[in-house]
This record gives sequence, C-alpha cells and structure tokens, in this order.
Amino acid sequence: MPMTMTQKILAAHAGLESVVAGQLIEAKLDIVLGNDITAPVAIKEFEKACFDNVFDKDRIAIVLDHFVPNKDIKAAEQSKICRNFANSHCISHFYDVGKMGIEHALLPEQGVVTAGDCIIGADSHTCTYGAVGAFSTGVGSTDMAAGMATGKAWFKVPSAIKVELTGKLKKNTSGKDVILTLIGKIGVDGALYKSLEFCGNGVASLSMDDRLCICNMAIEAGAKNGIFPVDGVTIAYLDNRAERSPVIYSADKDAKYEKTICIDLSEVVPTVSCPHLPENTRPAKELSHIKIDQVVIGSCTNGRMEDMTAVYKILKGNKIKDGIRCIIIPATMQIMRECVEKGYVTEFINAGAVVSTPTCGPCLGGYMGILASGEKCIATTNRNFVGRMGHPSSEVYLASPQTAAASALTGYITEYAE
Amino acid sequence: MQTEGKVFKYSDNVDTDVIIPARYLNTSNAKELAEHCMEDIDGEFVRFVKKGDIIVAGQNFGCGSSREHAPIAIMACGVGCVIAKSFARIFYRNAINIGLPILECSEAADEICAGHLVNVNFDTGLITDITTGKTYSAQPFPKFIQSIIASGGLLAAIKNEGEKKDE
Repeated sequence: MPMTMTQKILAAHAGLESVVAGQLIEAKLDIVLGNDITAPVAIKEFEKACFDNVFDKDRIAIVLDHFVPNKDIKAAEQSKICRNFANSHCISHFYDVGKMGIEHALLPEQGVVTAGDCIIGADSHTCTYGAVGAFSTGVGSTDMAAGMATGKAWFKVPSAIKVELTGKLKKNTSGKDVILTLIGKIGVDGALYKSLEFCGNGVASLSMDDRLCICNMAIEAGAKNGIFPVDGVTIAYLDNRAERSPVIYSADKDAKYEKTICIDLSEVVPTVSCPHLPENTRPAKELSHIKIDQVVIGSCTNGRMEDMTAVYKILKGNKIKDGIRCIIIPATMQIMRECVEKGYVTEFINAGAVVSTPTCGPCLGGYMGILASGEKCIATTNRNFVGRMGHPSSEVYLASPQTAAASALTGYITEYAE
Repeated sequence: MQTEGKVFKYSDNVDTDVIIPARYLNTSNAKELAEHCMEDIDGEFVRFVKKGDIIVAGQNFGCGSSREHAPIAIMACGVGCVIAKSFARIFYRNAINIGLPILECSEAADEICAGHLVNVNFDTGLITDITTGKTYSAQPFPKFIQSIIASGGLLAAIKNEGEKKDE
C-alpha cells in the first residue's frame, strides 16, 4: 500500500513494513516533551504509578516556558516539581530560566528534534516540528507520563490532506498568512484527526521560520500533525545543529489523500483571524476600522529571528501610536541575544515598545500583558478563543509580525505596505 | 456502568481555554481547577452541576490546548459523561487516559436539550433522554481503547500489561 510521509515515519517507528489509515499502532518515540504546566501533572501520574526510571534521560525534554520567570508562588511550585524531577532523573534536555526559550522555538533551534523523528509533547503546538520533516504531535500529561516511562505511545494512523503550495510569497506576507489562509478555508476542525502534508514547488521558497510557523498552527485546523518534505532548506537548517542524524522519508507518489487543497503563495494576502476562532479570517485591509489597545509580538508561532527582523524593519525610526501598548517577546535566549547584538532591542525601545525575556506569557493569558474587559489586541500568537488573553470580553486578532508591527504604528489594524 | 443526571448544553468548538482558563493553570489540584470549570462561557455551571450530570455539545469539543487540566476539571465537578458530535483529538485521548467517559453521537447532541434528565449506559452505548423518552445509540469504542478504560486509564493499562509479561 502506498503511504503518506507521516504514515512512513509511523510505520518505521512501529517496526512495520506498512500501515494504513485507521490502524492502531504502538510507536517508539525519539523525544517526549513537557512544560511547566503539563509536566507537573505527568510527573504526578508517573510517580503515582510507581515507575522507577525514565526510558532514556537523553530523550526527554522539559522546558519551563509558560509561566517563567515565575509569575506567582503557585507557578513557582509547579516549576519546582519539574526541576526536582529533572535533577533526580538526570534529564539532559532540561531548560530552566537563563537557558530556556519557548519550547517549540527552542527544540528545533537547539537541534533536539530532527527529520524522521517520532515525537510527542504535552503541548498542543508540538506539531511545530513537522517543519523539519518529523512526525510530531501534541498529547496530554498522562500520555507524556507513559512516554517517559516506556518510550512508546499508541496512535491511530491518520489519513491526510495534501496542501499543494505553488508560487512565491509577496514581501508583506509570511508563513503566518499562509496558515491563517488555510485555516480560514478548512475551518478549526477541517483536518480533525488528519495529517496536513505540505508539498509543491512553492515549498522551496519558504524559509525554515515560515515552515515552523505553518506547522505550529496545524492544530488550529484540528490536525494531528503538519509536515513538510525534507529539502535543501531543511538540511541546511539541521546541519551543525541536530544532535542526531536526520532520516529522510518522503510520501509515495501514489499515496492516498482525502483531498487536495491548492494555495498559490503569490495570491496570499496579509490575513487576520477575528475573534473568537482562528477560522474567522479576513484580509487585514478590510479591518482598518478596528481600533486596538495592545500589540503582542512573540509566542511559539512568531517569536523567531525572522519575525524579529520583520518587526525591526517596520518599527525602526518610527513611534508606536500613543496609547498603544506594544509587547515584544523574542522566543529564546539565543534570539534575545541576537536582537541585542543587532541593535533591534534599542530600536524597539526607542519606538516605544517593551521587550520581555522569553515566555509564553500573554499568549495564553498567563501574565505579561493581560487584557482588561472590552480591550482589543492584535497578536502574532495562535489562538483567539474567549478569554484567551485575559478578560472574557476582551478580543484577540491573530496576525503576522508585519501586520502586528504596522498596526502598532497606527493604532488600528493595518496592512503593511512597503 | 451507568450515569444519570441533568444536561448542560453547549455549542460547537468548546475549547479547553473556556473549560479551564489558563489563568488557573498555576495549579494541578483537581478540586481547585473544578471551581473554575466553564466559567468564561457559563458562570452558573459550577454552581449548579451535580454528581452524574452530563455535558452535551456540538462538534470539536475540547479543541485548542492539550491541557489535561480540562478533562480533570470536568471530572472533578462530578460530570458523569460528555456527549458530543465530535471531540478534538487531544481531548479525546486525555479523557480516555484519565477515565472521563465520553461518547460521540450526533443525533443525541442535536436533540437533547439543556435541563433534560438523561441516562447513559456505557456498556451498551445506549443514551436515554428520560425527559422525552427517546433513545440513542453511540459509537462503541475500539477494543484497544475499551481495554484502557477497563484498566482504569492508560498508566494502569501499561502496568497491567507489564505484570502480564512478567508472569
């Protein structure tokens, strides 16, 4: 039976010649991930079930990123549970304050994930690593606990939707506009239980940061995973970075897909998701009447170096509109350092923005930019559900870094035009 | 195994951020989480929910974040079962892994109204709307998943499996 790229990775990790959609399998895991919110629940379950050891201390990643540097005593206690567990089990990929970054920006950057991997993470945006050609999916804490104990997880082999990309993006658009466009087309459950397999001659023009952003939001269409083919861009990114050698899988030419969606990248426009679902997409230029109170630039979706560079180019020498709070959060310490060294941070501050250490913070309404009742925020984050960034009557508009930065200068949702 | 209780009804795409807002995720204590369950879309839920009550919802229930705190909060409120047209995949896994009964049944999700008294028999998948007298059949779980539920959750199932191998 011909297989999709995802099915090939799953078959290999299940020790099977081939698999078919709908089949239940047990697969070996290359990386098991958790964070300061989900790992404590997993650790509690791991200990309650009296497991003595983790399956491999080098294949577990625990990243403190959601509420660190800790926002309150309770959050500090959760971090402490992670810290104690990581120390007692000698977890090599444990990232505390000073080393940490937002997990889905950090693990690819540090080379912890690579092509051909089978990865679970107790965080829904674990699907990000499909960008490097891995099968990677979000699970809950109990699955994480089981993964830490056994190095295995059960999966129902997914069917797939093929997303054929052609053409090349215009300069005022990025990966974020591509994934928002796709979610707008298929809806928040349009890929439920399925893989989103990206392909086509448009792929080569997408940078790794674009691909990471696109796969990151596959879950926002309900997908089990998003995945890109491995090409020269992937190999250049993984070279001198990945801890383990990449294993390259590609979909069979006659692989079966439930449907094919074609996106001409040259026709993608700056896109915004309106409250309260990521599928409520509109072209940014149709929303110029929406007055905003806050801008958040960061998160596992858009806190990477290319995002920071795009924002720098727009804010440099300009002033953020009076009354607008603009919060910029580089996603990892390495990105933070590069922003300092390149002079971005100085320009951000000169423009009137604040710059935070890496944290998920406001994206999930944790801290560092919570909205009051009725306030509106344009954010480069990934969800705009009711109450996501604060008060239940506040509103989040999802957009690219370029659209968010351009909006910071005007105080209204603004399409960036070079 | 059965549950019987009053129905709380919600629409499509109930996300885990409204099931348990992230501002309360600085704890994993089930009782504390339960106090805030559903509060951003239904401030009355926690006040009125009783042991055995049933949540009935539309498509894609539990979408968004992977937080297991969501099914934990629902279960700690005493909810005996969630019936929906479909579940988001991580919520589906989490519910099974921790032992929160869930059932997919489009017809029941469409027709059963808030406040109705409903009985759910998990062995047969039979849903009975006692208020109207109408019955519905839910999709049974695959055998593999039934074995996880029968063991009392994923970790217990793994432990059982390990003990079998040792024998």
